[in-house]
Amino acid sequence: MADKILKELTLKIWRQKDAKSKGGFETYKIHNVSTGSSFLEMLDILNEQLVSENKEPVAFDHDCREGICGTCSLFIDGRAHGPDDDVTTCQLHMRRFEDGATITIEPWRCGAFPVIKDLIVDRSAYDKILQAGGYVSVNTGGVPDGNAIPIPKHKADEAMDAAACIGCGACAATCKNSSAMLFVAAKVSQLALLPQGKAEAARRAKAMVAKMDELGFGNCTNTGACESECPKSVSIEHIARLNREFLKAKFKD
Amino acid sequence: MTELNSKIPAGPLAEKWSNHKAHIGVVSPANKKKLDIIVVGTGLAGGSASASLAELGYNVMAFCYQDSPRRAHSIAAQGGINAAKNYTNDNDSVFRLFYETIKGGDYRAREANVYRLAEVSNNIIDQCVAQGVPFARDYGGLLANRSFGGALVSRTFYARGQTGQQLLLGCYGAMNRQVAKGKVKVYNRHEVLDIVLVDGKARGVIARNLVTGKIERFGAHAVVLATGGYGNVFFLSTNAMGCNGSAAWQAYKRGAMFGNPCFVQIHPTCIPVHGDQQSKLTLMSESLRNDGRVWVPKKIEDAKKLQKGELNPNDIPDEDRDFYLERRYPAFGNLVPRDVASRAAKERCDAGFGVNNTGKAVFLDFKYAIKEMGEDVIRERYGNLFQMYEKITAVDPYHNPMMIYPAIHYSMGGLWVDYNLMTTIPGLYAIGECNFSDHGANRLGASALMQGLADGYFILPYTIGDYLAHEIQTPRIKTNTKEFDEAEKHVTERLRRLYDIKGTKSPDHFHKQLGHIMWEYVGMAREKAGLEKAIKMIADLKAEFYKDLRVTGEFTAMNNELEKAGRVADFLEIADLMARDALNRNESCGGHLRVESMTEEGEAKRDDEHYAYVSVWEYKGENQEPEMHKEPLVFENVKLSQRSYK
Repeated sequence: MADKILKELTLKIWRQKDAKSKGGFETYKIHNVSTGSSFLEMLDILNEQLVSENKEPVAFDHDCREGICGTCSLFIDGRAHGPDDDVTTCQLHMRRFEDGATITIEPWRCGAFPVIKDLIVDRSAYDKILQAGGYVSVNTGGVPDGNAIPIPKHKADEAMDAAACIGCGACAATCKNSSAMLFVAAKVSQLALLPQGKAEAARRAKAMVAKMDELGFGNCTNTGACESECPKSVSIEHIARLNREFLKAKFKD
Repeated sequence: MTELNSKIPAGPLAEKWSNHKAHIGVVSPANKKKLDIIVVGTGLAGGSASASLAELGYNVMAFCYQDSPRRAHSIAAQGGINAAKNYTNDNDSVFRLFYETIKGGDYRAREANVYRLAEVSNNIIDQCVAQGVPFARDYGGLLANRSFGGALVSRTFYARGQTGQQLLLGCYGAMNRQVAKGKVKVYNRHEVLDIVLVDGKARGVIARNLVTGKIERFGAHAVVLATGGYGNVFFLSTNAMGCNGSAAWQAYKRGAMFGNPCFVQIHPTCIPVHGDQQSKLTLMSESLRNDGRVWVPKKIEDAKKLQKGELNPNDIPDEDRDFYLERRYPAFGNLVPRDVASRAAKERCDAGFGVNNTGKAVFLDFKYAIKEMGEDVIRERYGNLFQMYEKITAVDPYHNPMMIYPAIHYSMGGLWVDYNLMTTIPGLYAIGECNFSDHGANRLGASALMQGLADGYFILPYTIGDYLAHEIQTPRIKTNTKEFDEAEKHVTERLRRLYDIKGTKSPDHFHKQLGHIMWEYVGMAREKAGLEKAIKMIADLKAEFYKDLRVTGEFTAMNNELEKAGRVADFLEIADLMARDALNRNESCGGHLRVESMTEEGEAKRDDEHYAYVSVWEYKGENQEPEMHKEPLVFENVKLSQRSYK
């Protein structure tokens, strides 16, 4: 499809010097952005412009720019990862915007993800939740042959649906309660579906939920916002499975 | 001069690794607790090494520039991981995987290393399954396989088009378990900028805390570099934006030699460049060549109309389509190795038959596979890749052929290591893409994941013990010594120099210029005059960089521009070494095509008589010519022949 040029865009961007400073919106104009450019390439153009004016560029998180590493974030016009469905910000393209548009860009807003600078937040809370039990406890070596445990295809596929989570934080940032349930559920559900994860299922569900609560994430009230903003379409059915796993574990106590 | 000793064990190929393991040193559990290891990088190689070393009892410090170890660029690998399981009963074996990897690498890799890689490949699959990696399965519940380029058997295991992600999350999970146990300490958002040597041994690193901008010191008994490749020297590549060669390059400047720097892989199936605002290129997995057919128009007038947008590719009848890979290479067809497929695409485009408005693209068409198997089968196999393609290009690949073009993807070259994966600096190891060892001049698809995990799970944890067995008397490394003072000062001064230039152009500006030079003269086809010109142009660009660079923001604070400036400064020097290495190697092999060395049919011509060696470069000081050493490659188990995929 032939690319067009967006002659002018107005950007309202959250600027914040560091974690301790108070932030606020700044307004910028940029010109001649190709509709074939990605949203982050549009920000690159803005940053080149700021450098040429000897101003400090906007800090934002990004890395693979192909939608898989989960580094990019951004609330764009009030939506996590912007107006397109099933994509991360780096895969959002400028053809989704009209010439002359005003675009508002903010960092994730979630108490457990404090702002570090401008649009960059600290998501290490997600690492901590996984450290509490998001794995199968096997050491390297001494494991059985890969084909020793047959796993029904539909189970493996469903586990893969959950495992597709990229840990970007859109779910917690979108949730009005700042709940990380979809993120936690994705890992608990993946491992609960597979025989390898069964041995530790009860401990895992309890430990990860407890860590999530401890880190200041809110409770799930089933609004479904997380699922609709998840760039990898992780389903809230996994939250139902997490709840079952959690209750099962609690009953055993 | 440091002596190059590859330390390849004696004895028959199939027994080398077993014999070696039986005779190397081992550290007792009680002593492991007293030893510290720094691992730089948390991708498949670094992540698996960190987890495995911590499980053994060592204290591990793991560094990554990303905000979480889970984001290392291994995550983006799509298609799969090879192993010689022979689950498909198609006569695969350790020897066949070894042979195809050596041949795929165009006979420029070490036999012993590649054989060991093939040997441990099966353990990797078992390990990943045990961790809960959701590999694709057949209806019977057993593991599924698919085919990749350069292989006559079906040996690639996969998790949809997200295999790298799933394997990385597997070793990240194993690492998290060790974090919880206090055996791994993660330093995220830290960039390692120098290696500290004490009495000639690697004893620590200097890192910049990317949040505070402070320079920090870390000491350990050994240092492992797992920092990936330097493909971003080309600016546009399939690498992540942050991928860089800085830690490996600083190691080189401290005395670690660099092997085969000119060997970089150009991947044939990437989404073509759309314009000058582009920041990176996106790969479309090689697995797509299982079911997609590559073609360009037979008639030049059709190509012209396609370029102008006056013709729909679906309207070109089959008889007017040139399936040039099937035509030129009937035995392997669309599944020839990457270097061959890339060159064939370039040849057609250079001849004027390319498509897209740039004329720099070819078609990858799924029409035939969809007709044969139905859209659902294709959706299940490649759904996420098709979705990605459509999001980027706004074209639906189920009903229109994809457009693809080659792009820089992987660096086979890297830090030179011996059989133990140790560099020429004692106590400094390099694993995964960061080293040069296993892929020769061209890497086969699905072998990068295999190598990263082989090194991290099953090789380094053994070989590092041989070194550390002699270090059990060495107390914790103190960082308040003159060596650490000197290294920290060196890093600070280097960054300060960049920051204080106060010129007018951003780091990206220079990076893009460098990319143009490299793609033009050190890219898919290289020749003497062009390489000499490139060396001169790189030197001029470097001079301009140090005169006119502008780094905005604060020095001691989070500063993305300063990070980029440091990386570009190193890329400028890596580029120079790559061009020198390419100039020296007057033969075509794998990803390295010298125009002077081609057959009459236009195929690459290797020169085993003069170039069957690893070129190993030694740093000689700022603005001094580096010195090249040769590690001869000895082939005792395979017969060298011109590669043919016909």
